[in-house]
Amino acid sequence: MTKSMKINLKVWRQRNADAVGNFADYTVDASPDMSFLEMFDVLNEQLIQNGLEPVAFDHDCREGICGMCSMVINGRPHGPKRGVTTCQLHMRSFKDGDTISVEPWRANAFPVVKDLSVNRSAFDRIISAGGFISTNTGNAVDANTILIQKEIADEAFKAATCIGCGACVSACKNASAMLFVGAKVTQLSLLPQGKPEKESRVVAMVNQMDAEGFGACTNTGACFAECPKQIPLSVISTLNREYLSAKLSGK
Amino acid sequence: MKLFSFLFTSSIGRKILMSVTGLSLVAFLLVHCSINACIFFNDHGKTFNEAAAFMGNNWLIRTAEIGLFVGLLLHSFQGLYLWASNGQKRKQKYHSTPGNANSKWYSRSMGILGSLLLLFLVLHLSHFWVVSRFTDELSETGSNTLFHKMSLIFKSPVLVIVYVIGCISLAYHLLHGFQSGFQSLGFNHPLLNPIIKNFGIVFSLLIPLIFASMPIVMYLGWIK
Repeated sequence: MTKSMKINLKVWRQRNADAVGNFADYTVDASPDMSFLEMFDVLNEQLIQNGLEPVAFDHDCREGICGMCSMVINGRPHGPKRGVTTCQLHMRSFKDGDTISVEPWRANAFPVVKDLSVNRSAFDRIISAGGFISTNTGNAVDANTILIQKEIADEAFKAATCIGCGACVSACKNASAMLFVGAKVTQLSLLPQGKPEKESRVVAMVNQMDAEGFGACTNTGACFAECPKQIPLSVISTLNREYLSAKLSGK
Repeated sequence: MKLFSFLFTSSIGRKILMSVTGLSLVAFLLVHCSINACIFFNDHGKTFNEAAAFMGNNWLIRTAEIGLFVGLLLHSFQGLYLWASNGQKRKQKYHSTPGNANSKWYSRSMGILGSLLLLFLVLHLSHFWVVSRFTDELSETGSNTLFHKMSLIFKSPVLVIVYVIGCISLAYHLLHGFQSGFQSLGFNHPLLNPIIKNFGIVFSLLIPLIFASMPIVMYLGWIK
């Protein structure tokens, strides 16, 4: 049996978006093999048993692919390890007796719903503004009808691994969403199916991004450093380039 | 004008303007540094004064000077605006911060570094540019040239320290700004990216180092 570890938590509690939040201190006995979210499950069971309100936090697949989990752990989105989501972070990354602070994603564009859960529908509205291809679906065509260079397909796929969790916004000192928007724009504009609409798409998505109240990118690179999917900064330069060329062509 | 309005209205447009004006200022720095480095001929400022006179009398350069000031003002005001507006995008701040774990301190401090540079520029322009363009205090030859003005200013140890601090701010501002300017323009090339990055580092250290050495050598009397 693995040794249990005592973890001291400072967890952000906030009743709703308008309420004033503050930190609450808890102690949890965790196993090093637990994921960070499982440790929160144990905390919530303790709270329920003691007649207290459990901590609200976002989670879904717990496999690192859905983009639902969040949490800023000791000041870092998804915790101290690179390239992992909170659900894939394990307690063995911490030491027995550690004090860990847990806060929600913080950005005006991501209002707190409750405790650690935030509303990320601003991302959905950016996607609705242009993050798609308009095409009439008919019969399924042969996959090799349109040939795509392997390097291009790989690059598009790399951008497409963005799970839209919002860690980039959360890590950015300006709460900028450009890594997310850059990933979506790059993924679509690289492929022949996405090319015809690339100019109107980039302008519509950037307009929506600005309207949602995200900040402007200052190229600090914090988004890439904290991105659980390690989306490269080159997607932001692609976004800039496409936006510039769309604007200069009068879009 | 509508074609370029995005440079003042959208987040990406604003940073494209920052990058274009910033990179023009980088080009200016190279010219400024080359001209000033003429003092290292150690010929009592003869070559330096000739170069300065050429810059002051050539109409092409004087026209470019207007563009330079427009660029400087756009860069400063746009930068200050972005600094203020980006700071408003997260009203509820984090309680614990990652420090330097995910970004370099100077990349997060462009607003402060830029403001220090702007303050320094006010002092610097009043020392040399205002005097040589708008007063009759200096002559192109004789015993009251721009070079003599330099020797006079850099007799003060306080001003030498202020100039060196200005150059340090410039070095850190450039360390982030140089490669950031290319990123904002959408420049991305597998072979050229490392060249831009490395050239940017060398440029950001070398140019401010040469600038900073000028007040120091003049204060120490090595260049007369």
